[in-house]
Order: sequence, then structure tokens, then C-alpha cells
Amino acid sequence: MATVELAPSPAPPAIVQPPRDRTSSWPLLDRIGYWACWATGIGLCVIAAAIVLFMLVEGISALRLNLFVESPAASLHQSQSGGFLDPLIGTFIVTAIGILIAAPLGVALAAWLSEYARPAGLARGVESAIEMIAGVPSIVLAIFGLIVFSQGFLGFLSQRASDGTVTAQSFLVAGIVMSLLALPLIVGATREALTQLPGRVREASFALGKTRATTLRCVLLPAVRPGIASGVVLGIGRIIGDTAIIVILLGATLKNEPVGNVPLLKTLRGSGSTLTSYIYNNSPAGEGNAPQKAYAAAFVLLMVVLVLNALVTRLSRGRSAGAVDWTMK
Amino acid sequence: MLGALAVGVLALIGLMLVTVGIDAWPSFAANGLRWFGSGGNVVTQFRAMHAGVALPGHSILYFRAWPLIWGTILVTVISVVIALVISTLAAIFLTEFAPAPVRRVLEPVVRLLAGVPSVVYGLIGILAIAPYVDEHLISNARKQSVAYVVQLNGTDLMTASLILTIMILPIMIALTAGALATVPASWQEGSAALGVNRWRTIWRVSLLAARPAIAAATVLATARALGEAIMLAMVSGGLPFAANPIDGLTFLFEPVQPLAATIVQEFGGQTTGPVASTIYAIALVLLVSAAFLSFAGWAVKQPLKRYGIGV
Repeated sequence: MATVELAPSPAPPAIVQPPRDRTSSWPLLDRIGYWACWATGIGLCVIAAAIVLFMLVEGISALRLNLFVESPAASLHQSQSGGFLDPLIGTFIVTAIGILIAAPLGVALAAWLSEYARPAGLARGVESAIEMIAGVPSIVLAIFGLIVFSQGFLGFLSQRASDGTVTAQSFLVAGIVMSLLALPLIVGATREALTQLPGRVREASFALGKTRATTLRCVLLPAVRPGIASGVVLGIGRIIGDTAIIVILLGATLKNEPVGNVPLLKTLRGSGSTLTSYIYNNSPAGEGNAPQKAYAAAFVLLMVVLVLNALVTRLSRGRSAGAVDWTMK
Repeated sequence: MLGALAVGVLALIGLMLVTVGIDAWPSFAANGLRWFGSGGNVVTQFRAMHAGVALPGHSILYFRAWPLIWGTILVTVISVVIALVISTLAAIFLTEFAPAPVRRVLEPVVRLLAGVPSVVYGLIGILAIAPYVDEHLISNARKQSVAYVVQLNGTDLMTASLILTIMILPIMIALTAGALATVPASWQEGSAALGVNRWRTIWRVSLLAARPAIAAATVLATARALGEAIMLAMVSGGLPFAANPIDGLTFLFEPVQPLAATIVQEFGGQTTGPVASTIYAIALVLLVSAAFLSFAGWAVKQPLKRYGIGV
């Protein structure tokens, strides 16, 4: 029996590597473009680092612990003009009011837009309305708030001057208008999270006989909690950083000035200031002109913004690993 | 119930236009279309309104906004044009060239630049950049050449535009990079298979496909630049001066005062009467421009939907 010699299998053909596309082989113009890209990328990092370092150096040298616990005082000398306790409290109150209003409204709108959206024309209208609110400058929102809340019947939100006109300057008014700033961000983040939920989640719930509303409440909304949270954090960042609304609708006074005698409500109805308006007033552009105080407050504000930023990054990492959350401000 | 809420949002926009419109009407009615024209000094006009004494031969509401509008146009156009170039390059870098570690740094950096409050930008501008420009970039000869009309002190068109550029960059980078990332890989592969190098592929294929997104980003950034009030009130010079390109380079160092900043500057506590009406009129102009831009932003995004490229 003749054994059949197996022919040695032929050597696999050598893999031909195409020449790698190296930038050195590119025409000069293309190389210039390539290096310009690197330059802008590095340049942006340098600018951001410069801003943070500058504020760090100026801020830390101006920051004293007593600034946090002293109320501002009127004085020509920076050493006697007090701290920024009132603006800190003010920032907290305005942000709290704004988010308390914007969060439920924003989530509800997002839920309607992504789960119901009937009739289609109304949905499209609402979508563009929200987009428009996002595009309206905050100074215009402030003017709008000023006109609306100085109507006589809304006087309970702020205070009445002796001649009967309503000032339209109070924490309540500023907070309500601030909620318009946060609203588009919360709607956007929630809606994006809702559309990213796979359809089978809804189908499973419907198959169990749940109605649309129950599905939304018990299945969908709990599932998009991280999305809502990142929207809220973005909204907080937006509210904390806004100055125009504060200057016009909170008065940007030196101290928080309560109105009336009802505990809590008297602060809410009164005028006051926040960190941003404190910075503005203490900069050379404002009346106080105490740059050290402005630097210290700006440093605190920037640190808060950095923390919020880190929070958003973490929340968006948790939602979809590695995906970039390009949420606009 | 949710539907009612949706109707409410629509009503809000209408309410905004109507209320601001009604309160702004006296100013427009008194000045007609010449409200937008030039004539006289905005500072004197505001001072007359604050004092309640009409300028001789004019109504108490006499107002010519051209210097403010011109300042707005200058600041906006300069910063948007610079930002357009930088953001396109940065977006290409971010999506195509940046090695993973660099990208991990750059993304938070862009988000940080977007998150810095405008008042902090203004503070840095007025306390660090303006004095530098004043000392090192404006020569005394230049200051004297225009001393009879205006004082140059570093808070000027250039400083304002540069800081505004940095403020609008993040939006533009985000939108452009987002669109570049969703350009189908097969399009790039097709181009590469034809032997086109990477840069030209990006330039001629990806960027071309993302063109509507870049347009949308530009529109949004314009809206942001138009509405920026606090930073501009701090660093643009605070003087309603119509910077004149005939002055050559000095032009860049002349103060301006955009519309939004004017509202901040002229608003003081209980503003009523003619001043209020004029401020509301400025706000209405900004509101209508914002509405128009938001419509334009929607319109330029439409071609993208055909390819399924996200914005």
C-alpha cells in the first residue's frame, strides 16, 4: 500500500503591508494643518490651565477663613468690607429655588416629549420653544422677569415700594427666572437618557399589562436617574454662574435684606446678592472696587464649578462608558 | 396633564414676546426706524432720560442705538470668526489626531472652559488682561492720537473679542466634534482606499459632511455672543463709542459697548419711564435676534438629518 506523501503545504503568502500614512509624506499644506490642530488642542489646555492657576494663585492669597462667616460691610478699605457670607447664602437659596422648579418641570417635559409627543405639531412646537428658551440671553430673561413680576398682583413675591409699585426684586423672583436657565439643560439630559433606553424595556412593561403612565413612573424614570442627575448638575452650574438675572432681579445689594416678618418667607421675599453679583460689584467695573474680595469669591465660585464639572463627568461615565457627554451650556 | 405643561412652555415664549414688546413700544413709537440709526451720543441720551429732561428739539424718548449695534456687530463677528477657525481645528484634533491620553485631558478642559462663569472671565479680563494690554500693547503715541475723542485704557474691542472667543469656543467645539464623530467610517475608508492621505480625507470628506453642524455651531455661538452681557459690561470699555475702522490698528483698542452690556450698565434699581422703555426696547431687539438665530440654527441642521449624522 503506497502511502501518499502529503505535499508540504505551501508557505502562506507574505502579508504585504501597505506603506503607513506618515505625516512626513504629506504635502506641506497638509502638514501645516496637522500641526495647527495640535497647536489649538494644546493651546486650549494651556488657556484652561492658565485660568485655573491664575485664579488659584490670586484666590488663595486673598482668601481668609473669616470671609466665609462675615457679612459684607460698606467700607472703602478692603480690610473692613467684611466677607461674603450673605452672597454664599444667596447663591444657595437662588440655586435651590431654581432647581426645585426646573427639575420637576424639566423631567415632565422630557417625559412628554419622548413618550407621548401627541399631537406631533405640538411636540415640534414645544421642542423649538425649549430650544429658543436655551437661546434667549439671560439678560433678556431677566428683563422679561422684571416686567412680569412687577405686575401688581404678583407683589406677594417681592415687595411693594411706598408708592405701590412692585420692585420685582427678590430671591423668589430671581429663583423662578433662573429655573428657565436650567430647564433646557434638564429637559435635554433627561430626554437623551430616555431615548437611549432600549425599546424592550418598554415592551416588557407593556406586556405585563402596565399602562403608559405606570411604565413611565415605575420603569423608565427610575432607569434614567443618572441622566436626570447630570441634567440637574448642569443646571446648577448654569444657575450658579449667572450674573445678569441676579443684578436685575435680586438687586445685588450688599446684604440680604428681609421683607416682612414671616420667618423664612421674609428672606425669600427680600433682595440680596450671590457670589457672582458680589464679584461683579467688587471688580473695578462695580461700585465696591475691592479686587482682593472679588478674587477670593471668584476662587470659591470656580472651585464649585470644578466640582460640578467633575460630577457631570462621573455621572456621564456611569451612564455610557467612554461616551462623550457633549452637553452645551 | 403633561400636555398642558407643554402648551404652557409655548405660551411662555408668546408671553415673553408680547410683554417685552408692549413695554418696549413707546421707545420704538417715538423714534421710528431711526431707533436703529446713528445720531447724537448715547450717553447724553441716557443721561437726559435719567434726568427726565428732554434733549432740546427731541422727545424724551429720543434714542439712536447705532453705536451700540455697531459695537455688538464688531465684537460678535470678530469673536465668531476667530472661534470658527480655532474650533474646527480643535474638533478635528479631538476626533482624529489626539492620542487617547490627550483626549482624556482635552474633553474636561473644553467642559471646564464652558463652565467658567462669565463674571469670572470678566474679572480676569478687567484685572489681568486689560492692564497688560494698556501697558504693553498700546503705545503712548497711539493714546495721544485719539485722545481728543476717546481714552484708551485696555478695556477695548480687542480684549472683549478675545475673551468672548474663549467663551464661545466650547459650544462650537462640542457641536463640530460631535458631528465629526458620527460621520460614517466607511466614507473615510472609501477616501483612504483611493490613496488620499488622512488630512485630505478629513478635510474633503468628514468636514464637508459635517458642514451643516459647523453652520449650526456658528449660529449658536453667535446667539451666545449677542447675549453675553456681564463679561462685556466689564471689559468692553463701557463707552458707547462707535469704534472706527478708519483709525487703522488703533481701532482694535477703542472701547465699544454692545447692546446686552448696555442693559446692565444703564439698569439701576427702580428704573421706570423712558429709561425703562429704552432698556426694554434693547431687550426686545436681543430677544427677536435670539429667536431668529434659533430658527436659523434649526434650519441649517436639516440637511444633516438626511445622512443620519447627529448634531
